[in-house]
Amino acid sequence: MSPILLLDRVTRRFGATTAVDRLSLAVQPGEIFGLLGHNGAGKTTTIRLSNGLLKPDEGEIRVHGLDPVKHGEQIRLQTGVLTETPAVEGRLTARENLMVFGQLFGVDRPLLRRRVEDLLERFRLIDRADERVVRFSKGMKQRLALARTLLHDPKLIFLDEPSSGLDPVGAYEVRQLIHALSREERRTVVLSTHNLHYAQQLCDRVGVMERGHLRALGTAEELIRSIQPQTRVRISVDRADVELARTLLAQQFNEVDAAHTDGSLLVRSNATPAISATVARLVDAGIRIRSVVPHEPSLEDVYLALHKPQLTA
Amino acid sequence: MKRPYALAIVRKDLKLLRRSRPVMISLISLPVILLVVLPATLVGFAVLAEVLGVQHDLDGILQSFSPEATAPLSGYTTSQKFVYVALTYFMAPLYLILPLLVSVVIAADSFAGEKERQTLEALLYTPTTDWELLLGKVVASWLPAVLVALFGFGFYSITANAVAWPVMKHIFFPNSMWFVLVLWVAPAITGIGIGLTVLLSAWVEGFQEAYQLGNLVVMPMLALFIQEVRGVIAFDLQFVFLLGAGLWLVNAGLLYFGYGFVKRDRLTRSV
Repeated sequence: MSPILLLDRVTRRFGATTAVDRLSLAVQPGEIFGLLGHNGAGKTTTIRLSNGLLKPDEGEIRVHGLDPVKHGEQIRLQTGVLTETPAVEGRLTARENLMVFGQLFGVDRPLLRRRVEDLLERFRLIDRADERVVRFSKGMKQRLALARTLLHDPKLIFLDEPSSGLDPVGAYEVRQLIHALSREERRTVVLSTHNLHYAQQLCDRVGVMERGHLRALGTAEELIRSIQPQTRVRISVDRADVELARTLLAQQFNEVDAAHTDGSLLVRSNATPAISATVARLVDAGIRIRSVVPHEPSLEDVYLALHKPQLTA
Repeated sequence: MKRPYALAIVRKDLKLLRRSRPVMISLISLPVILLVVLPATLVGFAVLAEVLGVQHDLDGILQSFSPEATAPLSGYTTSQKFVYVALTYFMAPLYLILPLLVSVVIAADSFAGEKERQTLEALLYTPTTDWELLLGKVVASWLPAVLVALFGFGFYSITANAVAWPVMKHIFFPNSMWFVLVLWVAPAITGIGIGLTVLLSAWVEGFQEAYQLGNLVVMPMLALFIQEVRGVIAFDLQFVFLLGAGLWLVNAGLLYFGYGFVKRDRLTRSV
């Protein structure tokens, strides 16, 4: 299957700053692809390049097989982009915002009216559809911006920080929506986010960007395995026993952290010592154990590992 | 229409314009100040000058006018001559300030305002071409500014005759020069106000800055007014026609430059 989005050694500079540096990646139809990275890593520039808003200095981009430099208008007709800020018109009502942008995407009026009503309903904005958006909360504006992204029924959707400004319920709803867009409606989603938990739950594959470079690419599991072959267990003991437990555990595990004030110790080992034997040894030493939990590495661990030199600096 | 995108931008911007209180206040207050307060003040000066017996060198000023322009003045008293010249000829460059200022207000709201409201990026992601983006924005600013200029002219025709009635005792306004001014020069000068504000908007952060800088474009109009009062130039039919032609040429240059300037890549870098 040919990729719906293809970047081949793409570079974009702004003066002396290289925002995107020889970036190559391919996004397959129907997948949820996560673009992770700090502010300034090049995620937003990548989205802008893919939609023909910016021109690459080097390299080639293909979206639906088209070159954004030459066919930007055709590409933008088939893509939907949720920008980092909601970018909704405060002077217009929610319904007017959607109608105006639907017309800007050339959607026929009868169809547009139906879609606007459906989207207002879907994003729980129907009750305040005729209220000016300037009075909306940040979460409501974000929901309206998401609705606007879907107005012209795009097959490829770029979401730049979709959970930004949303309360936990709103963030959950957006997560469900992204899942539905991909799994039920067969749309391709490129998700740019800082929210690693979000990305791990949603994305089929992720790319970690740093200063314009793609530092890692793969499924969350692949990335976790690549950086984290260690076994990790979190053992919580009575606070009075923390030091003794640490001494005993250090004899068996490579690293022992007691960073938590609640008396829990995170132990890491390249080998896989039997946890039951370890626990038995602690019990024999009179240590009062509260819990023993295997600590599964997450995408956050991958991300932090990739950015470790920066964090250390 | 196959690609109604420019029209959609026009509709969107006109809708936004109607909802902007600062812009609407400007659109109402500017004609009142320029076309009621100013002519009333000029007539007041004429009456006061006659009462106080102040001498003014009106004949010296009129020497720069063509014989056709001064023909209606025969048989007028000194005060009537002053009022006629002031409200017909001196007011011409001041009237042009109206479409200029209005176009600056609207264009500042449309271009720099969009940047300030952080809505420009969403517009850039629509399937419009750069040309449609420019055209839509320019037309959305040009149309209301020209409409205000036309209504302003109608309004001024009434107020000029009304405030001058105690001196003139008959309807004297407008003359043929004013029709050329309103239909030929005002639309051209509106385009220049928009063109300059569009270019300014690329450098400034928001509406207020664009508006304040854009206001500088009234300086040439004030210079024309001063030169006219000094008798250096005359807003007669021939001058106004040539002025309009020159301004349309500047417009063509601005549009050409604007087309090269308003590019997505450049606009994206500014958001």
